[in-house]
Amino acid sequence: MDTKKIKMPYGITGEKIQEVEREVPITEPDGWPVNAQLKQVGKSIKRLDAEAKVTGAARYTSDMQLPGMLIGRALIATYPSANIKGIDTSAAEKLPGVYGIHIMKNEDDREYPIIRYAGQPIVAVAAINEDIAEEAIDLIKVAYERKNFVVDIEKAMTPESPIVYEAAVEQEESEGGEEIAEGLKLEGNVRGPNQGQPRGELEAGFAAADVVLEQTYRTQVQTHNALESHGMIVDWRPDGVTIYASTQGTQGVRDEFADLFDLPRSKVRVIVEYMGGGFGAKHGLGTYGGAAGHLSKMTGRPVKMMASRKEEQISQGNRPNSIQRLKVGVTKKGDLTAIEQESYGTAGVGLGAGVGGVAQGMYTCPNFRTRQYDVFTHAGPGAAWRAPGAVQGIFGLEQMMDELAEAIDMDPMALREKIDPSRIRKAARKMGAERFDWSRRKPKASDTGPIKKGIGMAQSSWWRIHNLNATVEVKLLRDGALEVRSGVQDIGTGTKTILAQIVAEEFGLQTEDVMVRIGDTLFPDAPGSGGSQVTASITPAARNAAYQVKMKLFDQVAKILEVDASTLKLENGMIFSTKDSSKKISFQEASKKLPVSQITATESRTPEYKGDYLHWDLGSVQFAELSVDTETGHIHIDKIVAAHSCGRPINVRQVESQINGGVIQGISYALYEDRILDRNTGHMVNHTLDTYKATYAADIPEIDIVLLEDYNAKSSTDAYGIGEPANIATAAAIANAVYNAIGVRIREIPITPDKVLKALNQV
Amino acid sequence: MKKISWFEATTLEEAQREANATVSDFLGKEKADGAIIKSGGIDVLDLMKEGLIAPDRIVNMRNIPGLDQISYDPRKGLEIGANVTLTEIENNEGIQINYLALHRAVAKAATPQLRNMSTLGGNLAQRTRCWYFRSIDHPCLRKGGFICFAKQGENEYHSIMNNGGCSSVYASSVATALLALDAQVVIVTKDGAKKQVAINEFFVPPHVDASRENILKPGEIITAVTIPPSGRSQKSYYIKEGTRASFDWALADVAVVLEMSGKKCKSAKIALGAAAPVPLRAEAAESVLVEEGVSPATAKKAADVAMQDATPLEKNGYKVAIFKAIIKRAIEKTI
Repeated sequence: MDTKKIKMPYGITGEKIQEVEREVPITEPDGWPVNAQLKQVGKSIKRLDAEAKVTGAARYTSDMQLPGMLIGRALIATYPSANIKGIDTSAAEKLPGVYGIHIMKNEDDREYPIIRYAGQPIVAVAAINEDIAEEAIDLIKVAYERKNFVVDIEKAMTPESPIVYEAAVEQEESEGGEEIAEGLKLEGNVRGPNQGQPRGELEAGFAAADVVLEQTYRTQVQTHNALESHGMIVDWRPDGVTIYASTQGTQGVRDEFADLFDLPRSKVRVIVEYMGGGFGAKHGLGTYGGAAGHLSKMTGRPVKMMASRKEEQISQGNRPNSIQRLKVGVTKKGDLTAIEQESYGTAGVGLGAGVGGVAQGMYTCPNFRTRQYDVFTHAGPGAAWRAPGAVQGIFGLEQMMDELAEAIDMDPMALREKIDPSRIRKAARKMGAERFDWSRRKPKASDTGPIKKGIGMAQSSWWRIHNLNATVEVKLLRDGALEVRSGVQDIGTGTKTILAQIVAEEFGLQTEDVMVRIGDTLFPDAPGSGGSQVTASITPAARNAAYQVKMKLFDQVAKILEVDASTLKLENGMIFSTKDSSKKISFQEASKKLPVSQITATESRTPEYKGDYLHWDLGSVQFAELSVDTETGHIHIDKIVAAHSCGRPINVRQVESQINGGVIQGISYALYEDRILDRNTGHMVNHTLDTYKATYAADIPEIDIVLLEDYNAKSSTDAYGIGEPANIATAAAIANAVYNAIGVRIREIPITPDKVLKALNQV
Repeated sequence: MKKISWFEATTLEEAQREANATVSDFLGKEKADGAIIKSGGIDVLDLMKEGLIAPDRIVNMRNIPGLDQISYDPRKGLEIGANVTLTEIENNEGIQINYLALHRAVAKAATPQLRNMSTLGGNLAQRTRCWYFRSIDHPCLRKGGFICFAKQGENEYHSIMNNGGCSSVYASSVATALLALDAQVVIVTKDGAKKQVAINEFFVPPHVDASRENILKPGEIITAVTIPPSGRSQKSYYIKEGTRASFDWALADVAVVLEMSGKKCKSAKIALGAAAPVPLRAEAAESVLVEEGVSPATAKKAADVAMQDATPLEKNGYKVAIFKAIIKRAIEKTI
């Protein structure tokens, strides 16, 4: 491919920004300068769909009503472990208004599903309305043969435990999910270990240390609780299937549906215009999408199947828990000599309960080993959940770093200066510490009254993920209107708006001038919203397509103005020759003169430009200030400062919104959320939103964001993601601040009043 | 949820004529019809959503005239109609000045949106939030079953006193303040007569009848709550501790009402919520204050005494510590 050499900014705001040369495909535009010199990109632009959302005009999947549509509901298992001897649907079939009944098998060779958790969907019913569907569910009789069960991870690890799976289990990870290693050994309920990429010699490393600490950290199971539950409407017609889905990935739903029903992908169309929240569990077809497909095929009518809140909590995914043992050696000077990690986590009947790669990759340490095990329990399956693995892993790792710093009498920030090779986190530490005023940190448990204040910090790491399967079509119409089309979905992060910003910037227009049509597989394919990959994947494709349309327009204009197309430029609505400024025409006028009614270009993401990254990962540093009531155990978060990088920020307000959301979920994870299964019956007892406690408005503190621009010169937009990085460090920063406040370390979340009072020997 | 019909009552008589069931009539039974009364409807809707009750008719008493007033008479005291919303109580200046415990209890309840919808009558009559009681998968004592699942189960939010049978806690934290303030509940009986019941007699402990939490029978309706006049020497305070700062049930809550005469404490009333299946007076703690006066030292002693007979379960021992802290603080804040 022909290439050209362009100049691009390289560096971090607040430090020196250099200019570097990159060799790029000739089909791509010249490099953008830093955000300060752009007009649409890098600004705080109001979301294109803001009004539709706040006025309620936006129609989500759960709002949609199609003519003749049936409502699907599910019968869920009463017991956590059972074989089904029979399902009698005869009474339900006779109920007027019932159109279809589908049994949700989980083993190909059996007539009925094997029940492996309480609340597992067994039968789906489609009826003319919800009342009748529920009445039909009540009429179905299931004959269970109950078996022993285990919901407690530590009990599940014992030899005498009831077994969840008799034979070795392989499952595919969901898009953006925690990586699932293949072919691992299953012993009882314990599968693994996944050993990552070990390096060096552990024993020599520990021998070289002045201090070796060994601790165990524990995190809980967290459910997703998106406002809109999981679900889809499947409209199966002879000439093709249309699916309206609450999904994080239109393409993933299409492909899975087509595979399941043996249809060509061209016959399946998936649409998601508005998404009521997705944090990792809404990839793929899901149990309810599949059931809606069967029922729609069977009845010839559209079938809508949305999970109830209870079902959402139990069967539609969760963040697995973790029990992580970390053994780390450090020298008096603050060099890490060895890290040994062993973790056990349960994703219920699913896989993917590892603690990620943060202990392996974030800090300089010559000797490393990890062994990560999945433990099966009779509980609902885990799923990707905003930075899967990393959130759990950082909770252990970043507390351990603070414990090591204290052991060698070093400030926690100073230890990280020593062991952290990232110049981005170095800048984030500096700017964050200034904003937060880290220097006011007092020795632990300094306050004398019952309310003790503390401050703490933690860092995080997430990959710079991009996906070459990201395609955008840009259209210019004869009236000068611009339209962007892609199958990519906006799950609420603002993808629609940034696409308009990119194209508007390229054409010197306003963001709201650009029409964006996305969330529909009629348009070119794009990746799912997982792994924080969408912005990095789709924005270069959009810019490159816009650039190609502009070049085609210039070819036309060159003929009109009788100049060489390569001399043309578009600025402030005017196209002019850089050689002869009298040769000019307005953008509107030029569009009118198009020989055909439209110009289009379709471009995909190209590989990252050759050349170094500032640092391989997306770093963040978060600081927490809080007050602990040592008599009631109540923790009040006073303030969070979050210093983040995401390459070139495209829409500052939207990036800040993502960071706010990540921090809030981090607080929720640190202090409140916990899926509680009754040990005697196996049922989730806190499936309602008043008992499954997530951060509520009054618990949210001031969140002060330090947003770095880190230019790496790797694509035509040089943008990366922020969704997941925002969520990783908060819980560890809070745990470190709690220690600073009360002088006792709590190594298990959620840090409830119970745990605080126990730590202080008040119980 | 199944289809329901709606009856819009315009008088108490109409509501009484139409309603033929209470929540208890449905619990743990296959009962498929019956008409029940709602005011704000918060709890009725929650119970229906969980499939615990399945009335086929809702009798709405929310718009019956005359039940939405707050009135104060220096001789008779305060009267709050059953349909008065928690927000209206929260915003009433006289209540804030004279019955601070009630004001604080109401202001700490639920969320602003829920307080706009919930009424005093409904708040008092709501059922326990015990998660086993609220689960169709657990046929517990209150639903005609034979065991309390919390006893050997997940009991972090359950009772720490009087928990030998059912170990749920009463849901209303407003009731805690009303108990300390010696409130009376005005109830219209089936025959149209009005009776006043001391609030401590309104609650039904599980050892008397586990299937119910209050004395209301089918056709009986709370019309108002009255509270004796607040003498000039009476002061009150209320503290609620939840996991979260709002939208949370109490882990522990306490209301203190003291009548002081100079340094002497003429009378003390301390009510504990979320401690037992019904709100409790901490009488031994009250005696400490009456006998020894009110000081930081006696406040602490009273708090310890209040908890001396606590019988926490496996996971809720921390609630004892919270009670000790907030009882002491509430006493100190009262004076």
